Amino acid sequence: MVKVADVVDKLNAQVICGKDDLNQDIHFGFASDLMSDVLTLDTDNMLLITGMNNLQTIRTSEMSDISYILFVRDKKVSQEMKDLACENNITLIECSYSMFKTCSVLCEMGLEPVY
Amino acid sequence: MEFTFFIEGGNFSKAGTASSEVKKILKQLNVDAKIIKRTVVSLYEAEVNVVAHAFEGNMIVEIFPDKIVVRIEDKGPGIPDIDKAMEKGFSTATPKVREMGFGAGMGLPNIKKNSDQMNISSTVNVGTQLEIVNYLK
Repeated sequence: MVKVADVVDKLNAQVICGKDDLNQDIHFGFASDLMSDVLTLDTDNMLLITGMNNLQTIRTSEMSDISYILFVRDKKVSQEMKDLACENNITLIECSYSMFKTCSVLCEMGLEPVY
Repeated sequence: MEFTFFIEGGNFSKAGTASSEVKKILKQLNVDAKIIKRTVVSLYEAEVNVVAHAFEGNMIVEIFPDKIVVRIEDKGPGIPDIDKAMEKGFSTATPKVREMGFGAGMGLPNIKKNSDQMNISSTVNVGTQLEIVNYLK
């Protein structure tokens, strides 16, 4: 389990929306740019780590009940994505690290893989 | 209860709006969260398929006390070989669709996995009809 606030701190990341959720704990992490893969999961309490920054990333998370998305490789969230995420209570975080580096840091912190 | 949502082919900024509406309705009806998730993941996959491959389509949702029945009917190129389309990894998606994070040939198998019943029929150059049934109890 890792706290959202600790994730933000360790990755020098920025919270784009969902600032009220920083005290929550996250159990699992899944890294993918392929939304088709994300849609096959049935894991609760999961952080999605992705470099895919478009509206369908938010839609995929909405359908899959994913409450936390971490964008890596300095990908920026658009206003449209932010609005949709806020509407669905999804926390968006941006970080400039590569996906590999991000995952290794999160793994070390205790975030568990889905499989 | 019956609802119909229009799906516009090619418009990725709107892809998912119909599934999102269905999710809101099922939540209001206090349907079990796991059943909602399975249902809306199937619907979203189907909706993305219409946006990616067809000219237009409709999502017709019927909610009964014990089940939800959804028909997604599109006007489009149709599927020449449904068995082939059901194979994991088979896809005819365009590069644009792949850029959005889809087109890995996992949509139809994932719809099957997330629905209690799935029926599909298609006519080439006419369109595709998909029916998804999920039991609410």
